Amino acid sequence: MKYEYKKEPELYTPIMMRIISKRDLTSDVRFFQLVPTEEYKHLNLDYKPGQFMMLSLFGTGEAPFSISSSPARKGIFEFAIRKTGKITNKIFELKDGDQLGLRGPFGNGFPIERMLGKDIIIVAGGLGAAPLRSLLLYILDNRELFGRLIYLYGARNIDDMLYKPDFTEMLQSDQLELHLTVDKGNEGYENEIEEGLVTHLFKYVSDIDPKNTIACVCGPPVMYKSVVKEILKYNLEKDKILLNLERRMKCGTGKCGHCIIDYRYTCIDGPVFTYWDVIHMRELI
Amino acid sequence: MRALKLSKKDEIKLYDVLKEFGEVWAPVPKGSKYVYAKIERKEDLVIHEECILPIIPVKKFLMPPDFTMLKFTPSKYSIPEEDIPTTVVVGVPACDIHAVNILDKFYTTDYVDNYYMKRREKLIILGKSGTPGENCFCHKSNTNIVEEGYDLFFFDLGDYYLVWVGSEKGDDIVRKGADIFSEEVPKDVSKKFVEFRKNRNKSYTNNVDLEGVTDLMELNYDAPFWDEFGDKCLACGQCTMVCPTCTCFNVIDDLALSGETGERRRYWDSCMFKDYSLVAGQHNFRESKAERLKLWYTHKLKAFIGHFGSPSCVGCGRCIETCPVDINVVTVVEKLKG
Repeated sequence: MKYEYKKEPELYTPIMMRIISKRDLTSDVRFFQLVPTEEYKHLNLDYKPGQFMMLSLFGTGEAPFSISSSPARKGIFEFAIRKTGKITNKIFELKDGDQLGLRGPFGNGFPIERMLGKDIIIVAGGLGAAPLRSLLLYILDNRELFGRLIYLYGARNIDDMLYKPDFTEMLQSDQLELHLTVDKGNEGYENEIEEGLVTHLFKYVSDIDPKNTIACVCGPPVMYKSVVKEILKYNLEKDKILLNLERRMKCGTGKCGHCIIDYRYTCIDGPVFTYWDVIHMRELI
Repeated sequence: MRALKLSKKDEIKLYDVLKEFGEVWAPVPKGSKYVYAKIERKEDLVIHEECILPIIPVKKFLMPPDFTMLKFTPSKYSIPEEDIPTTVVVGVPACDIHAVNILDKFYTTDYVDNYYMKRREKLIILGKSGTPGENCFCHKSNTNIVEEGYDLFFFDLGDYYLVWVGSEKGDDIVRKGADIFSEEVPKDVSKKFVEFRKNRNKSYTNNVDLEGVTDLMELNYDAPFWDEFGDKCLACGQCTMVCPTCTCFNVIDDLALSGETGERRRYWDSCMFKDYSLVAGQHNFRESKAERLKLWYTHKLKAFIGHFGSPSCVGCGRCIETCPVDINVVTVVEKLKG
C-alpha cells in the first residue's frame, strides 16, 4: 500500500519557544508570553480563539493548554496556566528566556465565521476565562464585525479572579457589557464585583434576540448545566450555545484516544461543542 | 484482480521467494497459542488449514507496543533514524485484514500519522482463508470476506492454493516466484471455490447476533448490567491489547540517569485503565470500571460507525479468548438484547 504523506510539518515534533515574560494572575495561575526561538516560524502559526496547543517540556512531558492570546495580535503566544500537576509544576520553575516546545494549534476553536455580525454572550467560570480571553480580545480587536458583546465572569473569590485589573478597567468600557461576580467575599470591590454564582449575573442580561445571538461558555465541569439552563431561557437555538470543554489528551490529532466522547474526539471535533452535541452525547458534560 | 495457482508441493519454495522482499513473519505456536514470529528456515513457514489468530494481531507491526518518538536534551530534540525492515506477514485471516483497513482509515483521517505510515508502507500482507475457530464470528460482523487490504490472499482448495493478487507488491511477488505461481488454474476451480466457501460458512459455531446492536447500545446506556460487568472487570486491559482495532496510546518522557537527556516514548494504553480520562486537578471523567467498559463497547459497536461508517469490531473473538472474567462481545450482546 502506497501513501502520500507529508514530511513537514511533523505532527509530533514541537516548535521551540522562549518565554519572554510571565506574571502571576492568582496564587496558582501564572500568565506566560512565548515567542518562537526561530522567529520566522511564528508566521506559520495561525490559530483561532478556542483552539489549544500541546505544551512540551522535555523530560517532563506534554499537556494541552488553551491559547489565551488573540490571533489578531500575531507573533506572541499567551497562556494562563494553573499549577496543578507534574508538568505545570515544572512550568512554574521556568525563568524568562527558558525554552519549551509547542505543537499545534489543535481543535476546532470557536466558529468565528458563524459568529460574525451576531450578538455574543460569553460566560466564563474560574480558569475558563483563559481560553475565553482569546475570544474576548479577538472580538474587541475586530469590534465592528460583531453585534452586542456581553461578558459574564464568575470566580471563586477575589484572589482567584483572573485578569482582575484588566476586567475592572473594562467595566468602564462602552465596547462591552461586562459583569463580574465571586462566589464569596467581594470586600473592597463592592462597586465592581458582585457576590454570588455566575448564574446570578443573568439578571443583567436582557433584550436578547435569540435568532441573532450566540453564547460561548467555558468553566469547571460543574458550571455547564446551570449556565446552559439560564441561556435556554432566552430561547437560543441549541446549536448557538457553544461550550468549550476539557479532556485528557496525549496527541491532539485524534489518535491517542483519551479525549473520545462517543464518536467525537475533543481534540478534533472539539474542544468547542454545541449544546446540541451535549444532548446527543451524554458523557459530554 | 487475478488469481493464480500455487501447488502444495511447491509450498516449501514460497519462503525463498518471500525472503527476496524482506523479513518473513508467520504464526508459530507458543504454549497453547500462536504468536507472529520471524521465520528463519523455510520448513518453519507453515500455512495452516484453520484460521490462526495470534494473540497480538497485525497491529504490532504497524504500531509497536513501545517506541521512541524523539530524543531530547533540555533545549533540543532529534527524531531517531529508524531502519524499518520490509516485513512479509503470512497467513493473516480476513478479519485481521479488515482490521488493518480500519487502522489505515483511522491513521489517515483528519491528520496523517507518520509513525504509522512509515511502517505501513513496509508491510506486505499475505492473507489466508481458513476454518473458523470456536470464537470466530466474522460471518456476523461482515468481515469474513476480504476485498482489499491484502497483497496476496490464499484459499486452500485441496492440492493447491488459489492465490488472489491484490496489489502491485503482490504482483511483484508472483512474478518473482513465476516458477511456483502458475497462471494455469484448474478448470473446476469455480466449483471448488464455491464449495470451500459453503463449507466454511457452515463451520462457524459462534453465532452471536449483532443485528441492531448499535441502537441497543443507545437504549442500554443506563442499564444496570454495565455495573454488574464493572464489578467483575479486573481493569487489566487485556481486551484492548489483543483487539486488532484498538489504537490508544500514551506518551511519556523518560529521563536518563544524568537528568539531562532522555527520550519521548509512545506506548500502548488502555481505556480500561483508571487514569485514562483523568485531567488536571484530579478530575476523572471515567472513574468507574462500568463507565470505561461502556466506552469500549460504545467505540467498538456504535461510535466507530459515526466516524467511519462501519463498526470497529471485526469478529476475531480475541476478547472472548482473552478476558479472564468473561466480559466480551458475546456476553455483552446477550445483555444488550435483554
